[in-house]
Order: sequence, then structure tokens, then C-alpha cells
Amino acid sequence: MDEELERDEKVFLLGEEVAQYDGAYKVSRGLWKKYGDKRIIDTPISEMGFAGIAVGAAMAGLRPICEFMTFNFSMQAIDQVINSAAKTYYMSAGLQPVPIVFRGPNGASAGVAAQHSQCFAAWYGHCPGLKVVSPWNSEDAKGLIKSAIRDNNPVVMLENELMYGVSFELPAEAQSKDFLIPIGKAKIERQGTHITVVAHSRPVGHCLEAATVLSKEGIECEVINMRTIRPMDIDAIEASVMKTNHLVTVEGGWPQFGVGAEICARIMEGPAFNFLDAPAVRVTGADVPMPYAKILEDHSVPQVKDIIFAIKKTLNI
Amino acid sequence: MKKMLASVVSRVLGATQKPPLRVLLTSCNYSKDATIDIKSCDLYRLEGGPASSTLLTRDDGLKYYRAMQIVRRMELKADQLYKQKFIRGFCHLCDGQEACCVGIEAAIKPTDNVITSYRAHGICYTRGLSVKSILAELTGRRGGCAKGKGGSMHMYAKHFFGGNGIVGAQGQIAEAYNMAALWKLPCVFICENNRYAMGTAVERAAASTDYYKRGNFIPGLKVNGMDVLCVREATRFAADHCRAGKGPIVMELQTYRYHGHSMSDPGVSYRTREEIQTMRSKSDPIMLLQEKMISHKLSSVEELKEIDVEVRKEIEEAAQFATTDPEPSLDELGHHLYHSNPPFDVRGANQWIKYKSIS
Repeated sequence: MDEELERDEKVFLLGEEVAQYDGAYKVSRGLWKKYGDKRIIDTPISEMGFAGIAVGAAMAGLRPICEFMTFNFSMQAIDQVINSAAKTYYMSAGLQPVPIVFRGPNGASAGVAAQHSQCFAAWYGHCPGLKVVSPWNSEDAKGLIKSAIRDNNPVVMLENELMYGVSFELPAEAQSKDFLIPIGKAKIERQGTHITVVAHSRPVGHCLEAATVLSKEGIECEVINMRTIRPMDIDAIEASVMKTNHLVTVEGGWPQFGVGAEICARIMEGPAFNFLDAPAVRVTGADVPMPYAKILEDHSVPQVKDIIFAIKKTLNI
Repeated sequence: MKKMLASVVSRVLGATQKPPLRVLLTSCNYSKDATIDIKSCDLYRLEGGPASSTLLTRDDGLKYYRAMQIVRRMELKADQLYKQKFIRGFCHLCDGQEACCVGIEAAIKPTDNVITSYRAHGICYTRGLSVKSILAELTGRRGGCAKGKGGSMHMYAKHFFGGNGIVGAQGQIAEAYNMAALWKLPCVFICENNRYAMGTAVERAAASTDYYKRGNFIPGLKVNGMDVLCVREATRFAADHCRAGKGPIVMELQTYRYHGHSMSDPGVSYRTREEIQTMRSKSDPIMLLQEKMISHKLSSVEELKEIDVEVRKEIEEAAQFATTDPEPSLDELGHHLYHSNPPFDVRGANQWIKYKSIS
């Protein structure tokens, strides 16, 4: 964000506690000090209100980054995201673009219970006119936020609170100020031959863990990091499935009408279907509001053991 | 003189002699009740306001003191349990704001319905949940008031609709004000103004910080929220207003929280330690009540100290329970999705994991 704020003076950040508090999760630390009140704006606790203001600013030619302290609060403002931002370019037949980024932590955290743990990938991924990205590691976060800010369309960036504190080695090219990750392109994090495992956000890490465990048993998983929910890089998934003949999807959100459900449907519609040796399997969050007690919460999110189980079941092992 | 005699006698005769002596002192030394002057409220669109003096009975005084002390100790215990990682996620404490929940409850009926935001542990207690069930909910055990499934922000009781995690919506309040006034709903809108919206001072978050006037066409009261008697009288007035069919009313309680917004917020980056210290030493609600009770001879330092000891014991026992009660069983994961529903299966992390869902 710092680099994009520096590069283009039309870019600005607004949201709760983003300025003087340095960010509820410290994501915007130092930015207010550097850029001041005009570029980093603390808002009252009024999501519908400030999301609307942000959309208006985008329509008028600025490039706002609208932070939701978590995407759970975006439900208060979802009309602005969908009806005011996502649909407008279409409704105006190309007259009015809305170059806005909505970002913030999405999905389960640790012990924050039902109203603070929902994953919105499926809800936002459902809407034409929106782009939706979901970074896993530091490289993803950097490349995707820069692409999102430079994109002239409304982009929803679903970050993850538990990943904020995880460090990754940043490869040399990712350290450049112009490092961008194209929206709509997945990345193969690990090559494999026996099964395709597709995930987005934090579960990508769990898939890699599962792959490491299974490798010792001679099972080589190809792990795909979706990076973008919409537009989905179905080509990458299809190419992989045509190679491995097996598919498992992994997500933190609820199973019904979820990201995995969409992947499975699309696979059936395309060339990869004929290459499947077994039905595709989805690993998801449990179909309940997030419970608080640790034992219940642990079983309401996909764990490495659930992924391993699903992979073996698919491979009939 | 009598006090000196009593302490001499008790020292000489030993601890076992205390009870009979105290009974004697009680009937001699304490008043049954006292009329106490309280700060008057600022009024908005109101001809008259709450009474400027109130009758406090000794019994009520002791009840309020005890309740506030319980809330205080319970919140401090929650702080401790959070730091020891028995409590996870978010934890928003209300120590400093005890006069609000205790004062409100003193003036409403148990059958009135109450709803609030996440800073709710105090109101949970005054609405009838036991300290045990509150602490056990915070630690996520089966003995919790929501069986461990809700956590800090999702506690409910009869005539208490929670405990809610999603707040703020000024637009929604405006809508609620409009409809309540339009349809003359018997609704008391209470703002516990503790001066900060998370980490942002109200002056930076509100175009007008006269929250009691923000109901626009709805009358309002600005109340000293650190004085439990002020809160009680104001709430009485507000409740009467509604019950008389006059429509909604707004009450702003000027109060203060000692802790930060939540346990993840140290609470000192946006306010000074001096400010917090000043509130503690000049406006602490428990101290204010104690002073009133002693100066009006409704109680004594010793008696109140004894209540403190009992309260501490109760909190310790509740914390003991909260840290030793087992977690809910995994079978519970799917329960309580729907009311009056026949049992069905809930999907887990993959299609082979199923949990039974019972209403």
C-alpha cells in the first residue's frame, strides 16, 4: 500500500483505526505518519456510510482503498459493494468505472466465534462485476494488493488475520516496487503427479503440509494456490487435473454453494471431466456458525488430517 | 466511641464473638434508609426530568454495592484468565462502567427486554446469569451460559437478547429512532458513552457528541453514568415515560472504561494514564456509592469490606469452575441450528464427517 500511495496521489486509505491507531491489525502502521490526514483517513464506526463515501470517491476519479476491520463488518455495507460498486460499470454501459479496493481480514481467526469468523469468498465470488482475490503468503499479498489498486475495477481482497503474523522469504523479483501478480492467475506451489489439490488463503499452507506428509508415503500432490477467486483460473486447474486425474478442493468457508462447489461444477463442464478417475472431493469448514469452544472450533475448520483423509479417499488408498 | 468499644471488645474476646456484637451494632448504628441528593440530568425536549434526590434503603445500597463489586471482580478475573490464555478471541471488559448495568437493572422489570453490544459481561450478570456461567462461557466450557458455543460476545438470557459482535451502524440507529418515534414504541435507547469509539475519541468520530440529542425528535437525558443512583433515577424516569405511552426516549450515560477497547488494546495509545488514574480516584462508581453509604450511615467500612471478601470468594470459586469444567463434547457441534426441527445430519470438514443436529 505504501508503494502505491507513493506512486499515485489519487490513492488513499480509509477505514476504522487505520490512521492514528496504526491499524487494528497494524497493517497500515506508519502510513498516517508518512502521508497524513488527507491520504489515510480514520472513519467513525459506520461501514455502510464510509463504504458509500469510498464508492462515491472512486466514481469521482480517486482510487480509494476501503478497509473493513473484518469482512464480517462488510455485511453492514454489502449493498454499497455490490449495487454501488460491482454493478455500476455494467449498468452504465461502460460510462462509469469504479476503481476501488475493498480489503480486510476474512474467514476464521482464533476464538472470535460466530459473528466474526465467516468466510465471504463464495458470497463475493458470486457477483459479476467484482474481482475477488485471496492471498496466501507475503508475495501474494504484495503482488495482489498492488494489482488490485492499479485495477480500474472494484476488487475485493480477502486477507487472513492469522497469516498477518507469518513471515515468508520474499524472492528477489517480489521485492521490486513494480512487482505485480496478475489477477486471475493461479500459481502451482508444488508440482505433483498423483492428485491436484486446490486451495486459497491460509489452507494453501495446510495443503503443502499434507503434501509433505503424503510424499513420505509416495503420494505426490500438486498444490495449486488459487490467488484469485474471481475470475477463477479454471484453465490451470483443468490442466493439472488432466495430468493427475484426481481433484481435492480445500477452503475455510461453508460447503454449500462454496468455492469448491464452483470448481467441481466447472470441471464437469470442461475437458478435464473425462480425465477424472474418481469424483472430486471438497474439504471445507463445517456447515455450522463458528462455535467458540476450542474443541468445537478446531473441528469446524479444515485441518491437515482432513485434507490427508480426503486425498487418500479420492485415490482409493 | 461505640466503634472504639466494639473493636476493643472484639480483639479481647476473639473472632468468634464478632457476630452477636455486629448485630447489636447494626441495629444501633445503621440507618434504614437515607435521602440522597444526586446530580440533575441535562434534558432535551423534556419539560421535567428525573428527581434530584432519591431514597436509598440500606438493603438496596448493599445490593448495588455487592452487584457492582461482583461485576468489577468478575471483569478483573476475566482479564487474568485472558492473560493466562484460558479465554481466547475477543474480550471486551466493562470495569469502570458498573454503575450503568447495576443502575439500569435497579429500575427496570426482569420481564423488560434488553439488548446490547459486546461489552456485555456486566449486563449478563445483572440480567440474571451467574458468574459461574459467564466465566465458564468465556473459557468455552460446557457449563457456560451458551454451553461454550458463544463466547464473550454471544451470551444470552431470558429477556436479554445478547451480547452482539456487530455494532456501530449509525445508520441503523437512525432507522430505529425513526420507527420507534413514528410508532411510539416503548423503547429506551441507552448510550454508554465511555468517550472512545474503540481507539478513536468521540470528538474525532462524531459530528455532535451530545448523544442524548442525537435522537433528534426523540427526547433525551444526559446522565452521570458513574453514579449508580443517578443511573437508577434516570432509568426509572425513562421507563415511566415509555410505560405511560409517550414513545421512545434516549439516555446518554457518561461513563468510563478502565481497560482498553478489548484485551488486544492496551488502551493507552489514545488516552493518557493520567486520565485513567483521575477517573479511578475521583469517579469510581463503587467508591462513590461506598462514600455515600458511609456518610449517610447506611453501612460501614467494615461491613463493606466483608462484602468484598465474600465477593472475592464467589469469583474465585467461579473461576475455579470455569477452568476445570470440561469443554463441550464434539457431539454438540451440530446442535441448535434450527428450532423445532427434526434431527438431521450436518456436514463436517469433508463429506464423510457428519454431526447430528438436534434442535
